[in-house]
Amino acid sequence: MPANTIRPYLLLFALLALALLLSVAVGAVFIPPGVVARMLASLLPGASIVADWPESFAAIVFQIRLPHTALIALTGAALGGSGAVYQGVFRNPLADPYLIGVASGAGLGAVLGLALQWPGQWAGLYLVPVAAFIGALLTISIVYYLARVGRSVPTTTLILAGVAVSAFATSLSSFLMLRSNEELRRAFSWLLGGAIMGGWPPVVAMLPYIVLGLTALVLSGHTLNVLQFGEEQAQQLGIPVERTKLLLILAASLTTAAAVAFSGIIGFIGLIVPHLVRFTWGPDYRRLVPLSIIAGSSALLLADILARIILAPQALPVGIVTAMAGAPFFLWILRRAKDQAYW
Amino acid sequence: MLDLRSLTVAYNGEDILKDVSLHITKGEILAVIGPNGAGKSTLVRTVSGVIPPKRGQVWVDGINMVSVTPIQRARYLAVVPQARQLPAAFTVRQTVLLGRTPYLGWLGRTSRADEAQVDRALEHTRLTGLAERRVGELSGGEQQRVLLARALAQDTPVLLLDEPTTHLDLEHQSNFLNLLQTLVSQKGLAVLVVLHDLNLAGLYADRVALLVEGRVHSTGKPEAVLTSANLSAIYHVPVSVVSHPDYGTPLVLPDGRSKSGQKVN
Repeated sequence: MPANTIRPYLLLFALLALALLLSVAVGAVFIPPGVVARMLASLLPGASIVADWPESFAAIVFQIRLPHTALIALTGAALGGSGAVYQGVFRNPLADPYLIGVASGAGLGAVLGLALQWPGQWAGLYLVPVAAFIGALLTISIVYYLARVGRSVPTTTLILAGVAVSAFATSLSSFLMLRSNEELRRAFSWLLGGAIMGGWPPVVAMLPYIVLGLTALVLSGHTLNVLQFGEEQAQQLGIPVERTKLLLILAASLTTAAAVAFSGIIGFIGLIVPHLVRFTWGPDYRRLVPLSIIAGSSALLLADILARIILAPQALPVGIVTAMAGAPFFLWILRRAKDQAYW
Repeated sequence: MLDLRSLTVAYNGEDILKDVSLHITKGEILAVIGPNGAGKSTLVRTVSGVIPPKRGQVWVDGINMVSVTPIQRARYLAVVPQARQLPAAFTVRQTVLLGRTPYLGWLGRTSRADEAQVDRALEHTRLTGLAERRVGELSGGEQQRVLLARALAQDTPVLLLDEPTTHLDLEHQSNFLNLLQTLVSQKGLAVLVVLHDLNLAGLYADRVALLVEGRVHSTGKPEAVLTSANLSAIYHVPVSVVSHPDYGTPLVLPDGRSKSGQKVN
């Protein structure tokens, strides 16, 4: 292992800390990052920090901004990690939870789940990701089946199938939302990547799924490296290929679905982040996956801060910002897909 | 060591390999030769477990490889494929380390012993100096050695090679096969190598198996199999075989001229 193994982690964790701090600081009322840091530190056991900040700050930070920041951070981590793994499983530089339709499928699942009006606040909340997961799996199965040519999944067919299935799923979601009540119509902004509800409940509901999914993805680094040599060589090196690919797709889709269930459909983070990480620190998935998770979290936090600043005091859905930055990036990758020296 | 018993392989309802039986002992190189479409690559893919056979068995060390899991199989059989379309951005060391896959736990964590195996494999293939280079920056001959190193890191008693020299120039062809020969005698490996080039087969193999339309036509010492009569009949061109001036191994000369001494076309 080269000596700089620890450096990318330190760098990205520093960036993440900065993004977290800023995310809590920025908003209608600006709270200086120094104060935010002290407020957070006061939560630590044994901390002796005098609460010299206004009472209103505590409510803003602990009941509004902190849960929102946690939701965005988890969503970014989920999208970065699952994007890296989709790219590895499909051996395709353009595989991204949004472009291959998984996000829209998860969205449709979540909308269906909400439309059925599951009883009970908490039980319902925990089941939304499950409905999103089912939607995600259905979509990825259809896209994979449509896109497969022989033993490979070419970029063009994967993206075409993804776009088509995605458009279909999105139209169904829109239809369901339009013909239902006011409550669901609010979900329109959610479809563009606006959080569906505030406070801690969505964070708590998404956490177990994301932790489970991301743990599985981080542990699959070596396997993903082997898969880059093709299915035949992977099997000759001892990997049960079909079962492994299925498990990886399940884990990545669970992660994506949990993020979509509460944060809506946010494109391009899963595409841009793994590419930048790969470009900077190489293709070894044992690092690529964890680094993409940390970087994805930071990237989405920064996009979300922008989304709150651009039209302040009104907050844009963060999906608009990521698409503004991501679509040109997508075209750039498409142009250089032939020249894959760093892939 | 490696024992193929009556292997029959069907693809789309058609038998590609028919009743193939071969035996390779420790320290022996068996070259499989034959015309295009004879089933040479299918043989490697079947023995390595990619294609399940319709009938027959593959035995290594008294274990039938057809009925074990990929991870168990990969501890007995390592494959050196052709070096084409390798992921360019991986380093040599990262690529060779993948040979340790069958010994890693489900976390994929490598131990110091795994790293030591990788170091040895790099040394044996003279790649130590290139360990941190990206595979895409290497020449075809070096890339082929990387795949050999990966197979050595797999630490198996049997090596299968599928036309490892086809895309190499003369220098790298003989370098590669010399290296293979040295490793086989050092480590006592059993090697099945598919070769396109009959002269390389004659020069480097202990025994040769001639595969024709999915059947073993003949097998034995190179001079017994690579005969003018055999080759002329199978390749449908007149072929002369002479003796190598230094080693006495058979040298195959395709007879491209017609009887009148004019070059055909």
